[in-house]
Amino acid sequence: MKILEGLWNIFTNPLFYKLTLTASTPLLFASLGGVFSEITGVVNIALEGIMLLGAFSSVVIAYYTGSAWLGFLLSIPIGIGFSWFHAWASIKWRGNQIVSATALILVAQGLTGFLMEPIFGQPGQTPYVGRIDEINIPGVSNIPFLGEAIGTISPIVLLAFALVAFTWFLIYKTPLGLRMRAVGENPEAADTLGVNVFKIRYFGVLMSGALASMGGAFLSIGEVGNFRELMTGGRGFIALAAMILGNWNPIGAMWACLLFGMSEALANQFQSSHLLNVSATVKPLFNLFPFIVTLVVVAGLIGRTRPPAADGVPYEKEE
Amino acid sequence: MRGRLWAFLVPLFSVIIALLIAAAVIVMIGQNPVTAYKAMIEGAFGDLQALADTIIKTTPLILTGLAVGFGFRAGLFNIGAEGQMIMGAILATVVGMNMRGVPPSLAIPLTMIAGMIGGAAWASIAGYLKAKTGAHEVVTTIMLNWIATYISSYLITGPLAVGSGTPKSPEIAPSAKLPPIVTVGALEMTSGIVISIIAAIVIYIVLEKTKTGYEVKATGFNPYAAEYGGISISKNTVMSMAISGALAGLAGALEVMGLHHRFLGTLSGGKGFDGISIALIGQNHPIGIIFASFLIASLRTGSSNMQFVGVPKHIVTIIQGIVIFLVAADRIVKTLLRAKKVRR
Repeated sequence: MKILEGLWNIFTNPLFYKLTLTASTPLLFASLGGVFSEITGVVNIALEGIMLLGAFSSVVIAYYTGSAWLGFLLSIPIGIGFSWFHAWASIKWRGNQIVSATALILVAQGLTGFLMEPIFGQPGQTPYVGRIDEINIPGVSNIPFLGEAIGTISPIVLLAFALVAFTWFLIYKTPLGLRMRAVGENPEAADTLGVNVFKIRYFGVLMSGALASMGGAFLSIGEVGNFRELMTGGRGFIALAAMILGNWNPIGAMWACLLFGMSEALANQFQSSHLLNVSATVKPLFNLFPFIVTLVVVAGLIGRTRPPAADGVPYEKEE
Repeated sequence: MRGRLWAFLVPLFSVIIALLIAAAVIVMIGQNPVTAYKAMIEGAFGDLQALADTIIKTTPLILTGLAVGFGFRAGLFNIGAEGQMIMGAILATVVGMNMRGVPPSLAIPLTMIAGMIGGAAWASIAGYLKAKTGAHEVVTTIMLNWIATYISSYLITGPLAVGSGTPKSPEIAPSAKLPPIVTVGALEMTSGIVISIIAAIVIYIVLEKTKTGYEVKATGFNPYAAEYGGISISKNTVMSMAISGALAGLAGALEVMGLHHRFLGTLSGGKGFDGISIALIGQNHPIGIIFASFLIASLRTGSSNMQFVGVPKHIVTIIQGIVIFLVAADRIVKTLLRAKKVRR
């Protein structure tokens, strides 16, 4: 019964919902990035690496400029530049997209670890460089429960959810979105109709770089104000699973990210809950939560989703 | 012949280009790349102890490289060698701990088999899910890596914990330890390296000379054609993942039996991921993988020595990343090579 009481306490605590939103946010950015890339036909499992570089570069920039906001914003072009390598290898050189993305993950892991010492003079983690302040939402802060949950929140969280709407609109309601989907479903046909397949694919991959980088930057400069080695901890892959679970649709991806965010928040709350009478050695096992949820969900539901037809297939223009 | 030449030249040039780019990165942090690389070479082959260390580090890499490479041949991208290695090491430790009084001739093979079963079982989860539901192995094996990591850290801080300080399991029975063949200073080189090389030869024979190998390659080359030809893809997927996992699990077992003699939390230390680089550099060929493992092991042992001249060891990961990138987009390298020929 203790466990039910503990669960009840967690679910009736407004802070749990705030924690869920915060945990979903980095996943959401990266997941939307995945949608952008794959809808145009390029698989991008490098999200993990781009996030890591985004998390690191935002802290470095904030360290030198003293502004957390500048750190967040300038990490976006860095994410774009980094993802360009993936686009270049997979679009221009028709390389193996999974292998090229794996390479990017390794480079990001190596580079962030490598630069830590020359820049901050210490390995492992950087000093605190400040973080993006939370804002009060006027009108909401006074409402009971809801006010406690989302009355004071990071503007980046709001941005993430606004981008869901933006991405959905762009993909399903604009000519550009139509072209993107056409290139991902049937590049030959799109080409015949005069759509520049290569350009659209570059756009998709570079957008995924921008978004994944923002996701990483939120983890560091948006939440804790410093960078730890390998701090993304598999979130890029969870975001990828969320995109698949959401059927390559921004709204679907959002729900999946909320599910994963909630399991992360739940794991977190379980560990700090006094009501659960478990020993300190068992507590780390709660960290397994999001990964097991991902595994079960990907295995159980994937049969019902369908990727874009040309996803992962390099396009070769016939001369 | 031309294909064989490319298979050798592309990785070679990729490594050279990666070393050049890494040299530029070293210059950027204000260090001398010549000093750095000299330190690296000395650290990897400078004396007998350095060389022994490199060979000890080569041992598990051959196996994780084979694990990833075998998966590739079957059309599977197994990023889970890390988790499979951990599970193999845990099972080998548990069995090895209980081998007191059992003669080495029985204890050693039993412990090795336990490791292989641990890795194979863990990988089979991903193989089964892929065959049954189509869940992509890249996502599932990554999740299984994290789950293995958390389970192992729970075990060595909880039920298997012994002593204080760094979390560790009890030692395995003396009869389950691999006897050293050469002892250099504090380093014991065991028959692990021989076992790894034998595994590579076995995988070569399986792939090239057996019906199973033919089916695995056919599935990897073109699953639709293979299915049409009467090969069961789902059976092959599960089996290939299991073999791949068994190799990674054996890597874990040999680390326990030959090096640490117990399970340590830091035992895998990215060796599963190194398997990806090694399989790609070795072009998924068992013999190529042996050479690629030696290369990566030299970079790893050498990089520790580079830290003394002020270059963080993470440079190796960057080099590996660049090599993989160039292998992925091998047309870049081929174009560069052709351009050279034209100029000449």
